[in-house]
Order: sequence, then structure tokens, then C-alpha cells
Amino acid sequence: MESATVTDSSALARPSSLLASGAGWRRRAKDRLMTVLIAGAFALAMIPLISLVYEVTKRGIPGLSLDFFTEDARGVVGEGGGASHAIVGTLVITGVAALISVPIGLMGAIYLNEYGQGRLRRALTFFVDVMTGIPSIVAGLFAYALFELFLGPGIRLGVMGSAALSVLMIPIVIRSAEEVLKIVPNHLREAAYALGTPKWKTIVKVVLPTAFAGLVTGVMIAIARIVGETAPLLVTTGVVDSMNSDPFHGRMQNLAVYAYNEYRSPGVFKQAAYDKAWAAALTLIAIVMLLNVAARLVYRRYKTEIR
Amino acid sequence: MLGAATKRSAAEEGKPTMSERPAGVTSTGPATKAGRGAKTIEARDVNLFYGDFHAVEDVTMTIAPNKVTALIGSSGCGKTTFLRSLNRMHELTPGARVEGHVSLDGEDVYAKGVDPVEVRRLIGMVFQQPNPFPTMSIYDNVAAGLNLNSRRVPKAQKDAVVERSLRGANLWEEVKDRLDKPGSGLSGGQQQRLCIARAIAVEPEVLLMDEPCSALDPLATLAIEDLIAELKNRYTIVIVTHNMQQAARASDVTAFFNLDATGKPGHLVEVGATNEIFTNPTEKQTEDYVSGRFG
Repeated sequence: MESATVTDSSALARPSSLLASGAGWRRRAKDRLMTVLIAGAFALAMIPLISLVYEVTKRGIPGLSLDFFTEDARGVVGEGGGASHAIVGTLVITGVAALISVPIGLMGAIYLNEYGQGRLRRALTFFVDVMTGIPSIVAGLFAYALFELFLGPGIRLGVMGSAALSVLMIPIVIRSAEEVLKIVPNHLREAAYALGTPKWKTIVKVVLPTAFAGLVTGVMIAIARIVGETAPLLVTTGVVDSMNSDPFHGRMQNLAVYAYNEYRSPGVFKQAAYDKAWAAALTLIAIVMLLNVAARLVYRRYKTEIR
Repeated sequence: MLGAATKRSAAEEGKPTMSERPAGVTSTGPATKAGRGAKTIEARDVNLFYGDFHAVEDVTMTIAPNKVTALIGSSGCGKTTFLRSLNRMHELTPGARVEGHVSLDGEDVYAKGVDPVEVRRLIGMVFQQPNPFPTMSIYDNVAAGLNLNSRRVPKAQKDAVVERSLRGANLWEEVKDRLDKPGSGLSGGQQQRLCIARAIAVEPEVLLMDEPCSALDPLATLAIEDLIAELKNRYTIVIVTHNMQQAARASDVTAFFNLDATGKPGHLVEVGATNEIFTNPTEKQTEDYVSGRFG
């Protein structure tokens, strides 16, 4: 049987000697070109990020002061006042939102991954996917409408903002928790079952501890996502100048809306107001950065090597 | 080619085959201090399905107490599937189904109203890949059976159970100084012995082992086989193995499973005393398999 021989200058032709394969300069040049293109694309992608961080830092620093962190804006008409009420507001609203979203999201993920079957599971996954795409203003209007039903029109509460943010946060928590739970190998569950452990106990005592680091990271990333949402908070928590840390009574300020407000209605002392807006933006970025760093630290400390 | 199958214990009496041993006969082995003993498992007309796929067909056999029963056969012939049906792990696979009777000490394991969790407490399992819980220390791994089964056990008693189980698994001397270190820090052979300690800590009546040595080197394998020889005095042991020499070395009774063709259900060809199966099998298929003509 004849075997086909490759005789022309196709890629399979054997070079007359290995040293003669210096003709591979074409390939090396192409390699170098691609490397340059890819590095260039990366640099291009980094430009907006670096420029953003630079601008915010440059413009935000003049607005930072001790007052910024300790004073609120109550009764202030001049240059003074601070954003402590906004900072506290952001922390409270985000905290309550996390308190609502984490248990619900975690249990949803546990259901989808450990118990769900067939049509119900597919339907739930579909709805979770849809929820991840809800525009934030819609979430805000939903929360407003819900509370208006019970408490009358014009109601503004910190907890309404938390409810709106939860609508945005729950699908993120479910998605990332589900991914982490999937990674827990099945043979660990089987080992627990073989010892005669009921299913719920296997989940609580074996699956969740194994997935713990990933779950915490997922939650922190979800929090970082919603901490800067402005639109839903505009319609739910309102704008206010004094400190309010009670989510169940009265309007509550937060950093995102504060920045928007200072920019929109700067009053007489425009520059001071703009400075404060930038400072608020800088604070928000700092909060997100701290959350990400904390997430990494927790992950490194608690991750389990699964052989 | 077969040679003398070397066995640790002397030739056994009572050769349970498919035709002998009327169903419903129960016998209990010598009781341990805790009052439970090794028990008999009877399987009668067991058929196992994954959805519509008929995986194992018409298995009827008796697994005698205080003996090591080896299930041998080529890949895919249903040995592991059958093993997992004994402690109701088979039904955990979505779509999996069991037909037939499996009884432990005369009680139907699949009867309505029987809690599979209870069955699994009485019939323990050791898996092919050692799987200690990675978030727990060695101590907690061994005590996992107690902790996870919501038995409030005082610490002193728990310490005693952990020590007894680790001694029983021949692991105590090696780990007694580092009981609080994570279970995943041990070698493969040690991890497998840890899993065995974990399984015997709950004092099962039967111990199922699914190819426990296939992921281990020969020295670790030898350690496990020695351990099995000791454990059979207290438990009934069923071991699935790909390794015929291991079955010949370590078991008292051997059951040979086979497939007619891929896609067909696996079935039990022959079961008998290991000596007989390896030197003088009744079925031609068995003889072909043990003499290495296929496998």
C-alpha cells in the first residue's frame, strides 16, 4: 500500500537540517506582533481604569477633611459640613441589604444545587438569570411601590433602600454561591451519607464549611456591586442632611446620592460642593477596595485544599 | 497458572452458592463489647436500574458474618452498583432504582418505613478514593460519625471511641500526637486507614469496601489487607476489587460478576469459597476470568 508522501513546501516538510530552520523567523515575527497587540489591548483597557482612579483621587482629596468624616450637613448653608451622615447611611443601608440577601440567596443556592430537580429547578434558574438583569431603577420603584402600599405615598425609609438593593443582590449571591457549592466534590457528601448522616446535616456540617471561603468571597463581591447604586436609593431613601442611622424611621442619606446631590445642587459655594462630591466618590471606591481586600484575605485564610 | 491461592485463614466450611442457603436464614457473629455483632446480608433477586438502563440482573447471594466476601469481575459488570445497593447508596443517584430484596439480619432494608439513614449507620462504606473531610482535623474526622449523627457524646467517651477506632485501623501510633492536624495532611494509605477508622467508629454491623486499595501503593495495600483480616473478626466485610490476587489473598468467599456484552446487565455468575473459585470453579466464565483469559 502506497503511503502519501508530502513533497511540497507545506508545513509538514522536513527541513534539510535543524539549523536550516532559521527560516522560522516568520513565525517568530508573528509571535512578537501578537504579543505586542495583546499587550497593547491590555494597556488600552487599563487606561480608563487608571485615569478614573487618578481623577477621583486628585479631585477627591481636596474635599477630604476631618469634618468630612465627622460632621453631617445639618443646617449647613456655607462651605462647612461633612458627609458622616452619608457614610453611616451607606453602611447601614448596605448592611441591612446584606442581612436580607445573604440568608435568602444562600438558601436559594443550596436548594438549587442540593435539592432541586426537573422543571421547578429550571424555572428557578431562569428567573434568577432574569433577575440579574433587572435595571436598578426598576428595583427601586418596586421597593417604593411595595412600601407605599402599606405606609402611604411619599414614604422614604432607609430599609426601603435596603429592600431595593436586596432585589439586585439576591441573584448575584445565588449565582456565585451555586458555583461554589458545585465545586464541593460529591465524594465528600457520599462519605457523610455512608456514615448515616441525614442530608440537611451533610449540607450544614460538611458542604458549607468546605465551601465557606468561596461563599464569603461571593457575598463580599455582591456587596461591592451594590454599594454604589444611586438610582434605586434616590426614589427610596430620599435626600436628607442630618444624621440618621435608624433604617426604620425617616430618610437616610448615603454616599452615592450625596455625591449626586452635591453635584446637582451645589449652592453658593460651588467648588466646596464639588469637592465634597468627589470626596464621596473617593470614599465609595475606598470602601469597595477594602471589601475586595477583605474578601481575598478571608479566602486565603479559610480555603480548603480539596484533594 | 492458577497456582495455590494463598489465604490467611484456614479452609472454611459452609460454601454458600446460589442454589443452597434458603432465604431468610439468619445468623449473627460474635458480639462485640458494644453489643452489636457482625450480621448476615441476604440479597434475593436484586435488579438494579439507572433510569431505564438495566445495570445488574437477578443477584441472589448470602453474605456471611465474620467473613470477607470479595466481589470480582471486569469493569462495568455491576459489582460497585450491587455493593452500593446494599447500604442504600444506589438510590442517591438521580433516576436509580432497586428491585428485589436486600435484608440485614433478616430485616428488609428496603421496606416501607425504613429510614435509609439508619441503614447506612449499620452498614458502613469505605470508598475507592480516600475522602477525609478537608475542613476537619484527624480527631474530628474519626468522630464525624458521632458528630454528624446528632449523638451528644461526652468528650471522654468520644476520646475513647476515637482511640479505639484509630487502634482498630492500625493508625493510632502514627497519628496520636497530631490528632488536631487536618485529615488531608496524611499520606494516601494513612488517609484510607483514617476513612476506615471513621467508618468503624460508628460500630456498623457490616463494612462495605469499594476497591479500597486501588489508589494505594503495594505497601499501603498490604497494611490495609492486614487490617481487613483483623476487622473480619468483628464485622462482616464485603470488598469489591479489580485485583484478583487481592481477592485470592484477602477473602474467604468470592463472587464473580460478569457481563454478556456491553449494554447488557451484569449478573452474578458464581459465588463460593475463595479456594474453590480460584482452583476449581464450576462455570467456564469464572475459570476464564480467574486464569486471566479475559478481564
